[in-house]
Amino acid sequence: MTVTETRTAGAAPPTAGRPRPRRSRHTKAVLFFVVPFGALFVLFYLVPIGYAIVQSLYKLERTGTFGPAREVFGGLVQYERVFSDGPFWSSVGRVLLFGVVQVPVMLGLALLLALLLDSGLVRGRSFFRLAFFVPYAVPGVVAAIMWGYLYSPNLSPFTALTRNVDFLSADLVLWAMANVVTWVYVGYNMLIIYSSLLSIPTEIYEAARIDGAGQFRIAWSVKIPLVMPAIVLTTVFSIIGTLQLIAEPQVFRSFSSAVSSTYTPNLTVYSTSSIPNFNLAAAFSVVLALATFALSFTFLKFTQGRGER
Amino acid sequence: MSAPAIKVRESILSRTAAMIIMGVCTVYFLVPIWWLFVGSSKSREQITGTNPIWFADFNLGANVRELLEYRDGVFLRWMFNSLLYTGGAALLGTLLAAMCGYAIAKYRFPGRETLFNVVLGGVLVPASALALPLFLLFSKVEGTNTFWSVFLPSVVNPFGVYLARIYATASVPEELLEAARLDGSGEVRSFFTVSVRLMFPALVTIFLFQFVAVWNNFLLPLVMLSDERLFPVTLGLYSWNSQVTGIPELRGLVIVGALLSITPLVVAFLFLQRYWRSGIGAGAVK
Repeated sequence: MTVTETRTAGAAPPTAGRPRPRRSRHTKAVLFFVVPFGALFVLFYLVPIGYAIVQSLYKLERTGTFGPAREVFGGLVQYERVFSDGPFWSSVGRVLLFGVVQVPVMLGLALLLALLLDSGLVRGRSFFRLAFFVPYAVPGVVAAIMWGYLYSPNLSPFTALTRNVDFLSADLVLWAMANVVTWVYVGYNMLIIYSSLLSIPTEIYEAARIDGAGQFRIAWSVKIPLVMPAIVLTTVFSIIGTLQLIAEPQVFRSFSSAVSSTYTPNLTVYSTSSIPNFNLAAAFSVVLALATFALSFTFLKFTQGRGER
Repeated sequence: MSAPAIKVRESILSRTAAMIIMGVCTVYFLVPIWWLFVGSSKSREQITGTNPIWFADFNLGANVRELLEYRDGVFLRWMFNSLLYTGGAALLGTLLAAMCGYAIAKYRFPGRETLFNVVLGGVLVPASALALPLFLLFSKVEGTNTFWSVFLPSVVNPFGVYLARIYATASVPEELLEAARLDGSGEVRSFFTVSVRLMFPALVTIFLFQFVAVWNNFLLPLVMLSDERLFPVTLGLYSWNSQVTGIPELRGLVIVGALLSITPLVVAFLFLQRYWRSGIGAGAVK
């Protein structure tokens, strides 16, 4: 570790026998390791973001009604349109509502199942672990298609239910999608929490057990605080996933007329770009990416700040 | 004498409650897949009208054959595309992420912290938020509707870099690298001969994460591709499903296709599950 400490002058430890040649060799190695990823990251992450920002500052202008369109600098005119776009903000509200309900339900269930697997109360652990994880192998699009059929009044195995309750109606379709997302991701989140439970040394429980604490007490006071980092991680990923909802609503449009072309923010981006109005769609994208970044970053900082106390 | 008796009763009660919860959840998670399997085995007329969760006449073979022959085997082509997009991108992406994360963990170099923070910021900007910007960029160079327009962006895996850094710190001891140096091994050779081996379980985890992420990415191929011969299987099934009202016979094909499309990943999970267990937690615990 210390040998590679080449740049900090004076801090070079005595073990660094031949600093000069080694320094250059390491620089080459570091470049070899970092440049391939770095180049692709710049090309396909940073440049597109930059390009979207640039595009969002332009607007189309026509000379006369049927004249040729050309792009001119429009300043923040697209952003004004974004902020005054009612359907876009109601779609943001919709996914936030979705997230506030679905994320706690999903992670609560994942945590419960992980704790049960870890408690020693359950036989056949490896079977359950796999059974709960299998839906994660189903891509969002395929899961949405499958559940779309399961909800439909004719095909469903639960026709007694689906004939009386219309899961694809305007009132329920959001929660029908929440169920699809939950179904896919509970097992994945459970596995993350469960592996972090497995990494807790058992001696920590022994003390609590000797003090007469039961399973619930141990789970609540010992295990849950210790797996908090895993729960935070899964929450951040779930927040990101929720704001980016696209596959499920896009598929559900063919099952339910209640899902409009601006149902979620990402659907708005997609339908605006297929009009096509790329400048406005770029502005939507920038706002959405910033909002996602800000929300997950705030959550991370907030939970880290609490953890340090 | 009564205290232990209460304890045992409690434990039977909690055991039963735990098993009931597990059982109910198993039904919830597996019934849709069971339904898909049963549905795939039915002829077109029997999909409706027969018991949805039990077999009628077993027609799986005929259905699969019909699916594979439909429109000159376009479905097989989609499966093959998916394999190329996801397998290729995840393999290359894992290698590049591992190299970068390893360098950040094991070497001090200028800009190291900045690099790591920018990459970490990349974790918080999800792939689908980039789909439209990428489309605009690729259309600038007339690269949309090509294999590379979906493949190349999928290779970049910032979360993999983050995980690789943690794993490299945890599993590659400094002394071993030092010993390799004394033996005259170059840094790059040490990485491929020593470090990759030590990081292998972790690399499988990164690979699996990325594989599933690319496999699931829907928006990028949706905006990029218009030629159906380039579609991944998810986009293909989606396009069939949105034509079902016009072409009703597609419904059966969608169901069989959905079953076939999830089979490879389910099988892969069965074989690779020990890697999920060992590697997945490390990223969260840190």
